[in-house]
Amino acid sequence: MRHGLFAALLIGAAVLSGCSEGVLDPKGPIAAAGREILFNSLAIMLAIVIPTILATIGVAFWFRSSNRRARYRPDFTYSGRLELLVWSIPAMTVLLVGGVAWIGAHDLDPRKPIASGVDPIRVQVVSLDWKWLFIYPDQGIASVNHLTVPVGTPVAFELTSSGVMNSFFVPQLGSQIYTMAGMVTRLHLQADHEGSYRGLSANYSGDGFADMRFTVDAVPPEAFARWIDAARSTGLMLDAGTYAALAKPSSAVVPFTYRSVAAGLFYGIVGSAMHPHGSAGLAHPTAERAEK
Amino acid sequence: MNLLGKLSWDAIPFDQPIIMGATAFMVLVIVAVVSFIIVNGYLAPLWRDWITSVDHKRIGVMYIVLALVMLLRGFSDAIMMRAQQAVAVGGAQGYLPPEHFDQIFSAHGTIMIFFMAMPFVIGVINVVVPLQLGVRDVAFPTLNSVSFWLTASGALLINISLAVGEFAKTGWVAYPPLSELQFSPGVGVDYYLWSLQISGIGTLLSGINFVTTILKLRAPGMGYMRMPVFCWTALATSLLIVAAFPVLTATFAMLLLDRYLGFHFFTVDGGGNAMMYVNLFWVWGHPEVYILVLPAFGIYSEVVATFSGKPLFGYRSMVAATMAICVLSFLVWLHHFFTMGGSADVNGFFGVMTMIIAVPTGVKVFNWLFTMYGGRVRFTVPMLWSIGFMITFVVGGMTGVLMAVPPADFQVHNSLFLVAHFHNTIIGGVVFGLMAGYNYWFPKVFGFRLDERWGKASFWCWFIGFYLAFMPLYAVGLMGMTRRLQHYDNPAWQPWLMVAALGAVVILAGVACQAIQLVVSVRARRQLRDATGNPWGGRTLEWFTPSPPPAWNFTVLPSVGRFARRTPAEGRQDYKAIEMPNNSPIGFITAFFAVVTGFALIWHIWWMAGLGLLGAFVTLLAFAFRRQEEIEVPAVELARFDRAHPAEVMP
Repeated sequence: MRHGLFAALLIGAAVLSGCSEGVLDPKGPIAAAGREILFNSLAIMLAIVIPTILATIGVAFWFRSSNRRARYRPDFTYSGRLELLVWSIPAMTVLLVGGVAWIGAHDLDPRKPIASGVDPIRVQVVSLDWKWLFIYPDQGIASVNHLTVPVGTPVAFELTSSGVMNSFFVPQLGSQIYTMAGMVTRLHLQADHEGSYRGLSANYSGDGFADMRFTVDAVPPEAFARWIDAARSTGLMLDAGTYAALAKPSSAVVPFTYRSVAAGLFYGIVGSAMHPHGSAGLAHPTAERAEK
Repeated sequence: MNLLGKLSWDAIPFDQPIIMGATAFMVLVIVAVVSFIIVNGYLAPLWRDWITSVDHKRIGVMYIVLALVMLLRGFSDAIMMRAQQAVAVGGAQGYLPPEHFDQIFSAHGTIMIFFMAMPFVIGVINVVVPLQLGVRDVAFPTLNSVSFWLTASGALLINISLAVGEFAKTGWVAYPPLSELQFSPGVGVDYYLWSLQISGIGTLLSGINFVTTILKLRAPGMGYMRMPVFCWTALATSLLIVAAFPVLTATFAMLLLDRYLGFHFFTVDGGGNAMMYVNLFWVWGHPEVYILVLPAFGIYSEVVATFSGKPLFGYRSMVAATMAICVLSFLVWLHHFFTMGGSADVNGFFGVMTMIIAVPTGVKVFNWLFTMYGGRVRFTVPMLWSIGFMITFVVGGMTGVLMAVPPADFQVHNSLFLVAHFHNTIIGGVVFGLMAGYNYWFPKVFGFRLDERWGKASFWCWFIGFYLAFMPLYAVGLMGMTRRLQHYDNPAWQPWLMVAALGAVVILAGVACQAIQLVVSVRARRQLRDATGNPWGGRTLEWFTPSPPPAWNFTVLPSVGRFARRTPAEGRQDYKAIEMPNNSPIGFITAFFAVVTGFALIWHIWWMAGLGLLGAFVTLLAFAFRRQEEIEVPAVELARFDRAHPAEVMP
């Protein structure tokens, strides 16, 4: 028993101290708030869980049948006071953590814009088989498997899927959210530190799922502007035709950019999921996969 | 038109050495077992005493055997996954390509939940509940046999998928749109759906059977508040099965309509909505968690009380907590997908409800603690499993409540943190409990105890192996590793995954110890013989009949007063002949036709599906016109049995 407990504590300590990347090394306000909630809830519960584990070991050991000093009380089977206590200890804990949950659910609602003096930039995300498309509608460019955002600027995401459900997740920036065909989810994130962060799909989506990774580069605003300019000068234009080509299943796609994006493409993709031969002239994006 | 539907030689993956090796191994084992049975002339007794038996104890044993066999299958999958993730880092692809790895994790989840944990739980309920209630059998004995054989049919279909065709590559939850025909055109999802539909009917019938048994058949004097806690948990589980399994069946039926007849319940186009499936799946899925863990809680209650030499502390609290969990389990399903973008109010509500369900669970832990307090704790194998559970489960419960906080869940949803959490509760809660129950009631069923030393070795391997295998997964989950990755590029995760793989090997040693324990115990059964019928000093009714109990359980039905007591046989004259249900092959034959129908539907062999359904219908018709359904056990035989098994004096 003690082996396991010891191992658990040791591993816990190792994780908390030496962890780089991941959700315990936040680089933005949402991830930092998420980590704080994680730690607060954990602390509230550890206050009750650790004594319970120790008491279990202690009671079992002390009342071992060979211990002549322990008093045998076979009639100790009910105590109103203890009953009250055993119901109220978990109830009070849950009251506290429940408060954290309720307030946290509202404060960190993915749809809630980040309060900031800086105007947010908009990014539209489409999960495809098996890569990520990021459209910058205000800048008129798009990028595959690579997301560049300016540091200190809120990013307002709108997300959808071309077919299969995925989950957009950058652990160091915080909250993940599902991408679902025919539906748009919203998410607000912000990077406060320059750097390159790993992004991934956190919902299994088929054979190429393991390669559905992308990089997030958080760069100074000037560098972001330069990156936009560079993107505008190279690559194809993203319209119904090039989108259909992109939507064909492929995995481990090397990042690249599109010089311009057809207006309303994102909502065309959302609509095309529901009406495969309808709006925006988009062919049903993943039909090829079934034929494969 | 092709008479064999989609089936052809291409369905057998001859080019896959791992699959073909496993298939060859399975075929060899089956051939060996079957020839062993035939050569030794065991076929007739096997048919008479087991296959056609409607005795709840024998059906329970068959459930548990099925569960243990499927544990080996599911565990092989686990070892392969841990090995793959231990090596597939950076550019390396490991030894399993995605299309194989994806089937393995889908099969692992499906098998462990539906064909390991469920049959094990229902098996223990089968063995124990009628004995604890002091009755001769369940309410519907033949239906019970049908339930078991339908479960076995589902398990058989899943194993066939290894050799013929493929299994689902969708994860064990089979979320659409991925599981729709458009994205999963193969037969894998059909294997998944039909095997679970068939076994699901069996489970539902089992639930109905036990609700009826517990509500309507109890020994004279056994009021609800005198029922052992295990019976209460079995009642709660059966009620949950009756309420939840139809939801799963209906959900799968809709997906089947989508796949077979072009409906649009969950498709991307045509007005379908995949999130409806996700909601419905977890409306069944969260109660399912409690269907599994409540009987385990019942086992701990029996074991901790017996080996502390005390009645259970706070019996009424335990009953209230069990029934509270039973109701609340239907109000928490959305916590499985906080990340779908629901409103803050919806997420907040389900988060708080999830935490409320932790209150009765916490109460149970404290009550077990106070049961040990003031007791004389004997560290037998079942007790070790129980104490190991109490320590492990509070950690799993804690991480569960942690993920019930929506913003925390946004960080760790679908990560290996989640994987660690639910293994923490399912292994630390359900499996530990089943192992405790297995060691605790084995002497009751077979009349001899299991070897203590190998039992303890097995416990320690499982216990240490569990922490080695799953604590690292908590860590990599926090480091951002998501589940179901066939390979990954972050080298920082690899050391943790190697430790996890090592942990899986230690658990493997635990499984091996269990197998050795069984063999050693069978060989030493004379020394381990228990003549008393009550080796542990238990106080519930199953200990007040000889071990193994006769087919009729109790020669004279016990009557429950303040204390239960086994009446001595000497001088007794009041034996009355009893009616016992007749053996029936109906379950086995129905199951045969269910497999035929399921296989035919999976491969679109329509004539065969029709034939299978017709066969099942004719079987039921034949059963309905049966002439004799009970045999009489004469009073002299009961008296003879009682004299041969004198009652020991109970402390």
